[in-house]
Amino acid sequence: MNLRRDVFQAIADPTRRAILLLVASQTMTAGAIASNFDTARPTISKHIQILTECELLYQEQSGREIYYHFNPNKMKEVAEWLMPFAKMWDERFNKLENIMKKYKAKK
Amino acid sequence: MELKTKINAEDGKQELTITREFDLPLELLFKAYADPEIVAQWMGTKVVKLENKKQGGYQFETSDPKGNKHVFSGAIHDVIPNKKITRTFEMENTPFPAQLEFLEFEKITDAISKLTMHVIYRSVELRDQILKMPFAAGINMAHNRLQEIISKLKKNLLKTKILNLNL
Repeated sequence: MNLRRDVFQAIADPTRRAILLLVASQTMTAGAIASNFDTARPTISKHIQILTECELLYQEQSGREIYYHFNPNKMKEVAEWLMPFAKMWDERFNKLENIMKKYKAKK
Repeated sequence: MELKTKINAEDGKQELTITREFDLPLELLFKAYADPEIVAQWMGTKVVKLENKKQGGYQFETSDPKGNKHVFSGAIHDVIPNKKITRTFEMENTPFPAQLEFLEFEKITDAISKLTMHVIYRSVELRDQILKMPFAAGINMAHNRLQEIISKLKKNLLKTKILNLNL
């Protein structure tokens, strides 16, 4: 799998997490987001671009301005990324349990 | 849906814990790890070797649908029946180095037992990579299914075109 941007890498950065928190509370333009940080504007733009590319944020044009929205569905996906690993083990252990229950019955 | 298996993987640590309670007496749970025939059944692998003893070792082998062989093996450091197994685990011929596993078996009641697997990886990055593998496989599968559907669509379109030509 070769995703251009890894969602996990995207949320690993503290500035990007701060941006997500900001936008989650209110839709904002890139300028409004940047005004909350001391960091240079192009750096913030780059962060916004990464968050948009991995779909944690999405854009909406309103007149001349572009507003950024938070995408909770993508975030939910991230929160559940451990699920497939847990499921894999759970299925394996269910199998163990079933086999041993039959084993017990046979004895 | 609530899973019976719990994964605890703290941020920035190179270890994780897998816990699970079984509706089985402790002895039967341990037997599922000690008896090669039973291991083969629930792991879905061929058990080439299983020496459950101090300074023992094990080797499991599976074949994927393409016929490629995958070997999982490790050294067994210590075994205390119905209590614990300490071992290493390695997927042979992969870039992943060995991991250290502490398995603890506990009696909860006469009919319920608990397994705690404490797994230690070489680095935080490796742990995270291995944790994400089933997640990534899921995405890949969804992607492959999409590809299949698209290629079928294309074929059908082609057929329709040919039909149209024949008419």
